[in-house]
Amino acid sequence: MDILGNISVYAVPIVFITILASGLSKGEKVFDVFLEGSKQGISTIIRIIPPLVGLMVAISVFRASGALDLIIYAVSPVMKFIGIPPEVLPLALLRPISGSASLAMTTDIIKAYGADSLIGRIASTMMGSTETTFYTLTIYFGAISIRDTGFTIIAALIADFVSVAASVWICTVLFA
Amino acid sequence: MRGVRVLNYVWVVMLISGFIVGMFSGRMEEVTKAAFDSTGKAVELAIGLLGIICLWTGLMKIAEKSGLVKGLAKILLPLLKLLFPDIPDKHPALGAVVMNLTANFLGLGNAATPLGIKAMEEMQKLNRFRRKANRSMSMFIILNTSAVQLIPATIIAVRASAKSHSPGDIIGPIWIASICSCLAGIAAVKLFCSKKDGR
Repeated sequence: MDILGNISVYAVPIVFITILASGLSKGEKVFDVFLEGSKQGISTIIRIIPPLVGLMVAISVFRASGALDLIIYAVSPVMKFIGIPPEVLPLALLRPISGSASLAMTTDIIKAYGADSLIGRIASTMMGSTETTFYTLTIYFGAISIRDTGFTIIAALIADFVSVAASVWICTVLFA
Repeated sequence: MRGVRVLNYVWVVMLISGFIVGMFSGRMEEVTKAAFDSTGKAVELAIGLLGIICLWTGLMKIAEKSGLVKGLAKILLPLLKLLFPDIPDKHPALGAVVMNLTANFLGLGNAATPLGIKAMEEMQKLNRFRRKANRSMSMFIILNTSAVQLIPATIIAVRASAKSHSPGDIIGPIWIASICSCLAGIAAVKLFCSKKDGR
């Protein structure tokens, strides 16, 4: 399991070196290209502010009122039986539906339990290991007006469930 | 980052049930305070992400311009032929699929979506039933929703702004979890989607 720790440490520098070296080898003005790309980052962030505000208000009202605790309390016997911590259930349910809602929920969980707590790490891993399933389905099938999606949704939800289970398992093995 | 219709209901239910539970539990003041505080926190979160997102989109622009994306796509191509047996060799669908998946792998969201739509359009040309998804399309969607991301920059940024001691230590776990989820998705498509659905 040390290998995984090393991957986490070396992944970023290796990606940096590879990209910069390939840019230089093609004779690109590396820094100018970097700036050109960076500007896009600003508009990406501006665009996510409105949904983040709306969703973080809803999530914090839901948590501060005690409604979230009620749900966690209600589902905890079942979740404990499956082996998934009840605290991450809301995130597991939001993850396939909305990217900004699950980002807001992950942030909320990390604030409540700590980034380096087991719950915080499971939430981070869940957030990072899948995409927004229903959004992807909507744009790609919508683009070519497919009506009958066959087994795609079921297969996608199976993959999402496995990602939740695997996140809980790998974080428990590594960090508990 | 946009949601779907379900989100409209989820949002309203969270707010209304939150306020109602707050009334009964006598925490109305905390709830109202939490609501207003969180607007600031949402902006703080976005600003906290700004630096890493700029760094990352900048770096990925270099990867794109230097042909690294194309090179990586070339390496992935033989593997993808195994996953898309219904797409004939040299068909433009395969090219679009591999470029989209590579862009996703590198976290180039903005570049990935148009490539993905192009891939779907090309696969539609091979489709026997206009309105029905074939198994190549299902496979493509699964690879998109469960795709492995090389550096999950957003979540690292969230952890860094929450004062994590090692914000990047979830990279390895994220790879493992998404490889598991990706394999499960591939297996599900291979099992459920039959060839008679047309290619």
